[in-house]
Amino acid sequence: MSVARNVPMYVRRFDAFDRVLHALLMISFLGLAATGLPLLFSDEGWARRIASVLGSFEVAGWLHRASAALLIVVFLLHLFRVGRRLVFERDWGIIWGPRSMVPQPRDVADLLKHVRWFLGRGPRPEFERYTYWEKFDYWAVFWGMGIIGASGLLLWFPVFFARFVPGWLFNVALLVHGEEALLAVGFIFTLHFFNGHLRPEKFPMDPVIFTGRITVDELKHERPGEYARTAAAGGLDALRTDPPPDWLTRLGFVTGGIAVIIGLFIVGLILYAVLRR
Amino acid sequence: MTLRFQPWILVAALVAWASVPAVAQHGAKAATGPDNDTCLACHGDPAAKSDSGRAIGLDADKFHASVHGAIGLACVDCHVDLKKTTDFPHAEKLAPVNCATCHDAAVAAYSTSIHAAARRQTPDSVAATCVDCHSAHEIRSSKDPESRTYPLNLPATCARCHGDPNIIAQGHIRIGNVADLYKDSIHGRAVSKSGLLVAANCTSCHGSHDIRQRTDPASHVFRANIPATCGSCHEGIKTQYDSGIHGSALAAGSTHAPVCADCHTAHDIQRADVTSWRLSVIRECGTCHADKIKTYRDTFHGQVTSLGFVRVAMCSDCHGAHAIFPKTDTRSSVANGHLLETCRTCHPTATAGFAEYDPHADKTNAARNPVLYYAAVFMKWLLIGVFGFFGLHTTLWLPRSYTARRAHDKEMRTS
Repeated sequence: MSVARNVPMYVRRFDAFDRVLHALLMISFLGLAATGLPLLFSDEGWARRIASVLGSFEVAGWLHRASAALLIVVFLLHLFRVGRRLVFERDWGIIWGPRSMVPQPRDVADLLKHVRWFLGRGPRPEFERYTYWEKFDYWAVFWGMGIIGASGLLLWFPVFFARFVPGWLFNVALLVHGEEALLAVGFIFTLHFFNGHLRPEKFPMDPVIFTGRITVDELKHERPGEYARTAAAGGLDALRTDPPPDWLTRLGFVTGGIAVIIGLFIVGLILYAVLRR
Repeated sequence: MTLRFQPWILVAALVAWASVPAVAQHGAKAATGPDNDTCLACHGDPAAKSDSGRAIGLDADKFHASVHGAIGLACVDCHVDLKKTTDFPHAEKLAPVNCATCHDAAVAAYSTSIHAAARRQTPDSVAATCVDCHSAHEIRSSKDPESRTYPLNLPATCARCHGDPNIIAQGHIRIGNVADLYKDSIHGRAVSKSGLLVAANCTSCHGSHDIRQRTDPASHVFRANIPATCGSCHEGIKTQYDSGIHGSALAAGSTHAPVCADCHTAHDIQRADVTSWRLSVIRECGTCHADKIKTYRDTFHGQVTSLGFVRVAMCSDCHGAHAIFPKTDTRSSVANGHLLETCRTCHPTATAGFAEYDPHADKTNAARNPVLYYAAVFMKWLLIGVFGFFGLHTTLWLPRSYTARRAHDKEMRTS
């Protein structure tokens, strides 16, 4: 299939539901990071400045809980959607196989091949719909939601939960909540940004999570496995879509750019604090 | 408020009482020299100047209204070397007045003071003598609202030196401008704003004539004497403090046990609800209890207070402020029998399980907090593992991604 250079052909990668969920995830994650990190680095001048800008720890706490509630809603909506696809659409392909987010043997093979490619000792792996680092991103967030969410709820309603669980669990919850948050923030604001957006092939960013569309060329180049599988099944035409409208692409760049700037700024503050200790 | 018993007041009163008739008699009997009118002929004009230009005038009315004027003391009772003078104007240089002639007890007390010591060491020292606080010719009783030593005026009198940067520098006064600190303290405001005679002024803590250095064990503000000094007004707090572990340690001779001024400061004492002060007390507790403040800062309570907010538990909320007991003491607010009750002051519906939370959990102590310890180890290695793996992954990927981008761009340009 040949594609005219001046009119690139687009296919859909993420639907509106997923894109909205990702946008809400971004908002709540940034809100949680901005209101939670000052506590974790409470002896830093910048933490006190953020806290005083927010007014009081009650206000910061309220924003943190509001963001947490939003994130819980996002998580539940996602689970609901996955559940619906399994129960009503019997789409077992999302549990196992090339379209699945679940790690499987080919991911290990892809990782090894990818490292060989880094070292110039082999071709780029024939990635499928989700690469191993994208799966890691997904499951890191999934695991983080469980751990941070559960520990956060314990800390949100300590008197209530203390009726059922031993007191020392709150000590563990506080530690795990903070450390896991540090892991999540550090990972998202450096590795996810690099893997998804900032690496030279994508720099300055990959707007696909905002526009939901990629060109067929991109699909062929980056995910040859998915391209070949879809093309063989004759599904490319079904995925074909209009180019993203300019306003959407621009909105994606602005939103993503702001998030990257805030994220890298927060990482800078964390590094400053950690290296000074 | 009860009147404070100050031994020096009694001594001063006795001396004054005993010496008044004697002075009066003495004055009358010894009035062999020039009488006051003779002196005032020259000195009665407040603007009078000597040949060398020195101001020598005084306000005769103010002298007559002074304690010395009121009892009819003659000028030459103090300026004794003029008693025999008949030839006027007299010599310009006179012998210094010796207040001890009458006020021997007060001068004896003064001679033990840091002011006297400074003068002994450096004769031209700026250290205060009798007249610096009492004035020379206008001395009034300390009960007289016009007096420089009246309780409401006294801080300003001391501030003449202790609030003057030049004198502080010249006198090498190490503690600096305490007048400024005192002025904004709860005691200073009680004097200046509320006009409370019972509020602590300088002499309440330091004594009046026998002001000694705080390193002198006889000083009212010597470390071990501070609770007694503050307790002369704050008796109820002193009783609590004495019963607690800090008071007991001090009584047993500890030089490290905290005293009132360690938490409350000496001069800048604030109301107990002032945020900045409350936060400073946490740090103060931490100067000795370093391990406890470290674990406290790991908790939500410690983090919130570190950010500058006070609506969460601080040291004294759980341990008490003045009557602090070790956990093993049944009187302690954190003893097993009282702990839940203490938690409930802020968390009213807390249950026994809630009180099992360890507000000083130490993630490095496997014996005290085993689950926390292993959770911390797990989290540490999880972070190291993730960042280590992906750090390396990214480091390898970056140059390869760069060359891939360049190759792709080149291909786009040529096609």
